[in-house]
Amino acid sequence: MTVAAPELRAGVSRRRRWAELLMLIFAVAIIALAYLNVGYARSGTVPPDTLSYAAGLGALFLIAHLALWALAPYADPLLLPLAALLNGLGLVVIHRLDLASTDRARQLGRATLPRSDAPLQLVWTAIGVGLFVATLLLVRDHRMLQRFTYTAMAAGIVLLLIPAVLPARFSEVNGARIWIRIAGLSFQPGEVAKILLIIFFAGYFVAKRELLSLMSRRVLGLDIPRGRDLGPVVVAWLASVAVLVAERDLGTSLLFFGIFVAMLYVATRKVSWIGLGVLLFAGGAYLAYHLFGHVRDRVDVWLHPFRYASTTGYQLLQGLFGLANGGVFGTGLGQGRPDIVPFAKSDFITTSIGEELGLAGLMAVLVIFLLISVRGLKAGLAARDDFGRLLATGLAFGFALQVFVVVGGVTRLIPLTGLTLPFMSYGGSSLVANWALIALLLRISDAGRRPQAPPPSDPPTLSGELPTEMLRGVVRP
Amino acid sequence: MKTPLRRVAIAVLIGFGLLLLNVNFVQVVQAGNLKKDPHNGRVLIQQFARPRGPIVVGGTTIARSRKTSDALKYQRIYPEGPRYAAVTGFYSFVYGATALERTENALLSGTDDRLALKRLSDLVTGREPQGGAVVLTLNPQAQRAAVEGLGNRPGAVVALDPRSGAVLAMASAPSYDPNPLATHNGESITAAYQRLSKEPNNPLLNRATSDTYPPGSLFKVVTAAAALTSGRYTPETRVPAPRSLDLPQTTKNLTNFGGESCGDGKTDTLSHALQISCNTAFGGLGLALGADAIARQAEVFGFGAGYRVPLTVVPSVFPSGLDAPQTAQSAIGQFSVRITPTQAAMIAAAVANHGSLMRPYLVQQVKAPDLSTLEVAKPEELSRAVSPAVADQLTAMMRRVVDAGTGRAAQIPGVAVAGKTGTAQHAAGQPPHAWFIGFAPADNPKVAVAVLVENGGGAGSDATGGAIAAPIARSVMQAVLGR
Repeated sequence: MTVAAPELRAGVSRRRRWAELLMLIFAVAIIALAYLNVGYARSGTVPPDTLSYAAGLGALFLIAHLALWALAPYADPLLLPLAALLNGLGLVVIHRLDLASTDRARQLGRATLPRSDAPLQLVWTAIGVGLFVATLLLVRDHRMLQRFTYTAMAAGIVLLLIPAVLPARFSEVNGARIWIRIAGLSFQPGEVAKILLIIFFAGYFVAKRELLSLMSRRVLGLDIPRGRDLGPVVVAWLASVAVLVAERDLGTSLLFFGIFVAMLYVATRKVSWIGLGVLLFAGGAYLAYHLFGHVRDRVDVWLHPFRYASTTGYQLLQGLFGLANGGVFGTGLGQGRPDIVPFAKSDFITTSIGEELGLAGLMAVLVIFLLISVRGLKAGLAARDDFGRLLATGLAFGFALQVFVVVGGVTRLIPLTGLTLPFMSYGGSSLVANWALIALLLRISDAGRRPQAPPPSDPPTLSGELPTEMLRGVVRP
Repeated sequence: MKTPLRRVAIAVLIGFGLLLLNVNFVQVVQAGNLKKDPHNGRVLIQQFARPRGPIVVGGTTIARSRKTSDALKYQRIYPEGPRYAAVTGFYSFVYGATALERTENALLSGTDDRLALKRLSDLVTGREPQGGAVVLTLNPQAQRAAVEGLGNRPGAVVALDPRSGAVLAMASAPSYDPNPLATHNGESITAAYQRLSKEPNNPLLNRATSDTYPPGSLFKVVTAAAALTSGRYTPETRVPAPRSLDLPQTTKNLTNFGGESCGDGKTDTLSHALQISCNTAFGGLGLALGADAIARQAEVFGFGAGYRVPLTVVPSVFPSGLDAPQTAQSAIGQFSVRITPTQAAMIAAAVANHGSLMRPYLVQQVKAPDLSTLEVAKPEELSRAVSPAVADQLTAMMRRVVDAGTGRAAQIPGVAVAGKTGTAQHAAGQPPHAWFIGFAPADNPKVAVAVLVENGGGAGSDATGGAIAAPIARSVMQAVLGR
């Protein structure tokens, strides 16, 4: 056996960049078809810019694809096409809602038509892809991020808490203080803070996992950590509560705490951390319900939406009506009335999809989100270092949890909280942050799937051992 | 680290599984109820977004949908304006739907279960879904005669085919034009509605079905039916007919119209008493029969129950717990007896149809958008109001009312007409309501009609059913018979 054989095998079978290109073309085709569909349904003609739109978007995603050829050739081939598809579909739905508000303004005889959001979102898409490439360029090895563990923490906390200390007029939109709004630009720092804090958690847990794994007592069959080791969990919990209180943002609070507990569990293998996390969460939720009016409102609306049909429950109900209107096959793009739902472009884009693409379309979109999450977790499994493994877990689980919280919220599975649907909701900060998140997952995946170069310190007998490795792998199960 | 990671992956799978289950629950299981919810404005928008089926009378479309260029894609048009408004109602974006537009909404809008297969094929073929058509029993000539006969005088006309119960004419005056209420301009709809609802004569009220009136002397047909059914009377039985009937337990007397006497001033035959509408004879008859017998007779004629034709007909009322003077007054249709014009027509129709009362109905058939017939009305007997023998006796008596009595204005040359007038006192200082019920031809009835003109139509205190209401009934019957 020579060194060349596994190299060759890996090179051919593991890169899969051509498959990625094929899927990317397919994704752009779907997006172009959706765009055409909207235009045709609204005006009865094929929009003349369909091809240039598809070409532009295709070129953008092609840049990301070529960047992978050059910078992460072994990365998972599914993640980029899936993200591109979601981003493109989100653009089409936002464009479709733009048309609805323009039509309405015309009908009401308004002199000035409302600003269209899709062009700006397209600019954000370009910036997102740019950041995607930049991330791959700058982070040539994800392990370098471990060096910035505490820098990431500091930056993350600062970003997270800026809106809380800013005067409300700079930070408050619809009751939640999670924005930085300066000179007409608005930015939701929580999205970026999420990634920074995941980097911090990964670095911190890798460093402290031995300590955190130490359990001293068993109570009711659960290992209970020593009092002083409870510290980090309690700090994270307090930080979540602080976000909840200071920014009135239930979703972000829940998201951060969930990511923290999941990463702590993966780092330490101790189920008791989950138990403890759930207990703390339940206690926090109970207190929040009794202390804060806006939390109580959300829960009441969740339980009895019809009771608040024209007040606090209006949005949720209109979203549900939209979903019901869509039924199994949907009204067809451009043929429903998703614009009736307040914030149809951002938090409630899920119901816009469910109304016009139906149960079938919404389930397809959910499955795409699931695939991204699972491929992200798979990158974690394949990672060869603990930091990469934890980082991928945090990023992928955080992504999944965010989808669960926002989709579960608007479909009344859980109380409604304000979070964006990754890649689809209108909003630059969320889109850009998620492109960076995908870039990091691809970076970790590339490292995990890359054929292992012989470490310089290893004896040259490594290639001779490979068959034994494989043999063991075959025999052991 | 791999084991907990795999568990996290399983947790993610479970989470997405819950999301997928939940959207199935919302979009499939709950969808029906969510669509029906009154807070759901989409349903209305959706119904406007597709062509609503027409309402048809005798080959003429009296309500149809026209494509518009605004957001609500179809507008409802009523080509005949006010003529059929009482029946069709209106279909408004602001005020919802009324009358047939409401009761037949499921079919007209295409959501009816009978159109489910059609909707499925529309979905597959991508055809625009459409509503079905509703074909009415109305006779256009009879409707025109009814509407023109009433003119602007508040009142109502109902004509029935006594053999089936099919409604041949249904008019309520004053009427209104439903078109301004069906536009897509919210402000002008509101203005038009406000104007209509402020008018003193309430044009939005369907007097034929939704309001009750004292029937006055037309109720003597019911009292006569009760007497004949008891077996103790024939049309020739002489009954006490004093110039003035002393009401027991009171100082009041019951007198005849204009203080006249009936027959020889002491007694009169039942038949002649009906012919000249003798109050004292029927008041006394009521006392002799008792309130219960009259109430039972009224009930089999249809009193005391509401009907959906499918417009809602409110119940007509014969009061209970009457003392003797109240019984006497009720026997001549005064005191608190209340009747709808539709119920009045049902009395005439039951007598005409040999005593068999048919359920009145307005919808002859409903059709799918491709004009295939979904359902045809099946006539249904509501009750046996009187025996055929009693019906024949009543018919003969009512013919004499028209031939030689108070209803002479309803005569049609060459056709035997049966009828009964009513002149109902209802408030001190107000002119009486003028009534006429009748049917023709008396020997082979094809049409039964009831006419009400409120407050005698402005003809002052001289207004009687014979003078004001009978001519309208005549022209409606003529229209049906083609004479």
